[in-house]
Amino acid sequence: MSSTVTSERLLQVSIWRGGDDGRLVQYEIETRENQTVLDVVTEIQRRLEPSLAYRFACRVGVCGSCAMTVNGRPRWTCRTHVKNVVEDHALTIEPLRNLPKIKDLVCDLAPFIDTFKRAGAPFSGSNTRHEKPAAVKPDSPLRVAADAALQCINCAVCYSACDVVSWNPDYIGPAGLNRAWTLVNDVRHNRREQTFKMAFGEGGCGSCHSHGNCTRHCPVELRPSESIAGLKRAAFSGLPTE
Amino acid sequence: MEKHLYVAQRLTAIVLAPLVLIHLVLILYAIEGGLSAGEILGRTRGHLGWAAFYSLFVITAALHAPIGLRNVIVEWTRLPRRWIDALAVTLGCVLLVLGLRAVVAIY
Repeated sequence: MSSTVTSERLLQVSIWRGGDDGRLVQYEIETRENQTVLDVVTEIQRRLEPSLAYRFACRVGVCGSCAMTVNGRPRWTCRTHVKNVVEDHALTIEPLRNLPKIKDLVCDLAPFIDTFKRAGAPFSGSNTRHEKPAAVKPDSPLRVAADAALQCINCAVCYSACDVVSWNPDYIGPAGLNRAWTLVNDVRHNRREQTFKMAFGEGGCGSCHSHGNCTRHCPVELRPSESIAGLKRAAFSGLPTE
Repeated sequence: MEKHLYVAQRLTAIVLAPLVLIHLVLILYAIEGGLSAGEILGRTRGHLGWAAFYSLFVITAALHAPIGLRNVIVEWTRLPRRWIDALAVTLGCVLLVLGLRAVVAIY
């Protein structure tokens, strides 16, 4: 913490600068109405520190690019209001945990993206454009199960929140396994067995400790813990059927 | 493989839960009641029920414990998987042999 006397209007922001051997650097900016954490980072880059590296794209919670660690918790910064997370007029903003740091708030997402492949993604269909589209009833049990796990924005917040990932880099992690669960429930996916096998392989869903940090931190309120529990149940009952 | 081990560990846990409880109650009963070794052997010798009970206990424990230990070692160390598997299989065999030997001794 900076030892300077702070006014009510000033926000004390500590931002991680550099790579693995970097350090926290202090900045002061004005507190504004309806200010998001991404607004804070952007203002610091534009006014105080032009070399500050960070990622964002849509600014409205769709793209999943702007996730960072804010006051110790992984969050989507574009939809995180400062007033909800600020502690004592201070914010500490760091890159996501469990991923290699590149520079400042940017980390290398490659290990995270790899987890989807390791969990048996991507989708693989066998129909061609000449065949009729598969008819999947919206209220069929498989569709309902897949529905609950769809809409992941691949922000890596769950991967960063997961303690098992932090001590076991071989663990696929919540996002990949959540994706596997949607594929296992997709009747159009022609590699369902294989996806299930991969999701249950070494470092797969059997490694999950059910801490639930993924579900607690997911910004779009998905429940990867339940998807993982579904995969574990399928070990006893076989792949879900209609 | 991981899936089969996962299922085996859960199923053996289901079997072990009541067996462990009965075993613990039995120990307390035998000690509280002041039964001597001779008196205990007098009740278990030639009694197929006790032999079956403890055989099942030994077999499920010999399956359950090494799977759990394997998971812990995989998480805590960077040892090659093959070594960890060999260690788990060895532990399972030791538990099985020692356990069944004890069952034979009381039968």
